[in-house]
Amino acid sequence: MSTRRVVVDPVTRIEGHLRIEAMLDGSGVIGDAISSGTMWRGIELILEGRDPRDAWAFCERICGVCTTVHALASVRAVEDAIGTKVPRNADIIRNIMFLTQYVQDHVIHFYHLHALDWVDVVSALKADPDATSKLAHAVSPRWPKSSPGYFRDLLTTLKNFVESGQLGIFANAYWGHPAYKLPPEANLMAVAHYLEALEWQKEVIKIHTVFGGKNPHPNYLVGGMASAIALQSDQAINIERLNMVRGLINEAITIVEQLYLPDLLAIAGFYPEWTQIGGGLGNYLCYGDLPQDGIDSPEAFLFPRGAILDRNLSEVLEVDPRDPEGIREEITHSWYDYPEGKQALHPWEGTTRPNYTGPEPP
Amino acid sequence: MENKPRETTYEVLRRHGIDRRSFLRYCTMLTAAMGLPGSMVTQVVQAMESKPRIPVIWLHGLECTCCTESFIRSSHPIAQDIILNMISLDYDDTLQAAAGHQAEEIRRRLIEEHPGEYLLAVEGNAPTKDGGVYCTVAGQTFLDVLLETAEHAKAIVAWGSCASNGCVQAAHPNPTGATPVHELIHDKPVINVPGCPPIAEVMTGVLTYVLTFDRLPELDRFGRPKMFYGHRVHDKCQRRAFFDAGQFVEQWDDDGARQGWCLYKMGCRGPMTYNACSSMKWNNGVSFPISSGHGCLGCSENGFWDNGPFYQHLAGVPLPGIESTPDTIGKIAAAAAGVGVAAHFGSFIAKRALFGEGRDRQADTTPAKGDEA
Ligand code: SF4
Repeated sequence: MSTRRVVVDPVTRIEGHLRIEAMLDGSGVIGDAISSGTMWRGIELILEGRDPRDAWAFCERICGVCTTVHALASVRAVEDAIGTKVPRNADIIRNIMFLTQYVQDHVIHFYHLHALDWVDVVSALKADPDATSKLAHAVSPRWPKSSPGYFRDLLTTLKNFVESGQLGIFANAYWGHPAYKLPPEANLMAVAHYLEALEWQKEVIKIHTVFGGKNPHPNYLVGGMASAIALQSDQAINIERLNMVRGLINEAITIVEQLYLPDLLAIAGFYPEWTQIGGGLGNYLCYGDLPQDGIDSPEAFLFPRGAILDRNLSEVLEVDPRDPEGIREEITHSWYDYPEGKQALHPWEGTTRPNYTGPEPP
Repeated sequence: MENKPRETTYEVLRRHGIDRRSFLRYCTMLTAAMGLPGSMVTQVVQAMESKPRIPVIWLHGLECTCCTESFIRSSHPIAQDIILNMISLDYDDTLQAAAGHQAEEIRRRLIEEHPGEYLLAVEGNAPTKDGGVYCTVAGQTFLDVLLETAEHAKAIVAWGSCASNGCVQAAHPNPTGATPVHELIHDKPVINVPGCPPIAEVMTGVLTYVLTFDRLPELDRFGRPKMFYGHRVHDKCQRRAFFDAGQFVEQWDDDGARQGWCLYKMGCRGPMTYNACSSMKWNNGVSFPISSGHGCLGCSENGFWDNGPFYQHLAGVPLPGIESTPDTIGKIAAAAAGVGVAAHFGSFIAKRALFGEGRDRQADTTPAKGDEA
């Protein structure tokens, strides 16, 4: 049987630059695939020789979509090196910021990055607003924006947008492809929620603005957090600011429970075969997070630490990030060079030496 | 994408069922968002009635996507309004549905079929070392993609510090030879919108200005719109009174920190940074770094990454007429009258010392004049 090579470059709706080369057998099944990140900046090299207190800001710029996590990892690494335990309040603020990002990022990934692989925007034009309203009620009975009129308005907007001939970000896509499985009503509902989630994500992220001054790229601080807490001060994190944070958290809970999760489950129901695809090599590693008693007490993390090998979910293995044999970075499949022909090193021993040997662009 | 006459923003809104009254209200809000006087509303209305949605190609080079993320946080106008009603965002690899060949085809067709009509928005910059291999799209170097797309663009918007100044990847030793847009393209108008990222409403404000008036906003000598980069963060900082009074935070957990005193001694770069953070604030006015207790990093200034350590303020800068340094300004301030002037002068000197080219930058402090009528 003849094989075929399919290249997708750029892979869109991700952060960064990615290229996928897939080898298809005669029956159209992918037998092998290669993915390459096609952007490199060398942040590790830029960090060398800097004041460690500044490192978080450089690391934060690794990604502006998951803006926070690299900064958090960096301040913790520096605090670990100098043996500082941060105040409990700082840990609480960091946990709130981490979770804000975690929730906002999941919702954005689902609606604005991934959903267009399952949701056919053009098919939504064929939807019946009354039936869409019924579907929306069935999927999430308490979500308010689900009247027939609401969906009729959206349908008009969508029709006019498509008829203008300027499809913008929806241009030249795969609309109508048989791999799209949702009925028109589910597509219309998903488009509505795409727009609602776009509106909401800019709200929840204000939690970062309260504690970190801005988002994307809020400020962190080695040793704690810079936002002073003084409940009765007009210049610090006071009762009004905390009320605002509480309100935004409550809104986020509503969005997750009444929009995101019901949609996720409803759409997943049409694509059961997707649960059999992917999963990587079946080995998973999690350092754990959300410390309740400092970063040195992983046993008190709300997200536990552990490793799973060979998809064996019944056994969670212990992880010691300091063990030189436990965690290693390999360069076998990357464009880096290690000293003396080494292939794997613990991150503390790791070096960053670019060695690009891939294809030369024309 | 078809070659048929494009609709105006008003026509699009009408077809979306928006009545004339709401349209006018929308224009009024837009005018205010752009910082224009109320007398300009008529002009905005006219522009919206007669201008078609302009195609935009939004490229991503060496970057972290924080500019796109900031853009979608805009409150007035909201991103949805811009994307659906004001521009036709035909290519943006972070948001567009199509991928691979289909995505690249859109870009090529736009270049071929609408030369000179589209806006090019650039997020990130181009690596120039080692033949440009450190950023490729569809097998082509980003440098190539940038140059060929820029050639037929109407104008270029350089989003963020990456595209305007180089930003983090251009910090020493700049391993990839990251180079900002204006150093690569000399024959097109380039608007620099620095910041890591820029404020959301600054981004949408720049776009709506260009769309409404079909011309670039007034730029300073660094190519930045004066309406957003005409003042230093320090000029309108809420902690400024404490600076002038010589009341400084000395420790992150001291009483001054809780009282909201000046962060100059904690490394604040506000006195050297031209940006709208202290006036517009972030995320629909919720706060900005200094308001939340952390000094300004100076993220919209050229070379700010190599201007650290961030938590060290400049020491040992003598003040003319006073045998003193900014370290002791506080103590003098407590004792002397009219000291605000001296303190201000201190920051002026500090700024010159911080930036090699600081002398020139001083020329740009004049605020933008009342906008064109
Ligand atoms: S030095 Fe910074 S904190 Fe102090 S007044 Fe100026 S901008 Fe504000």
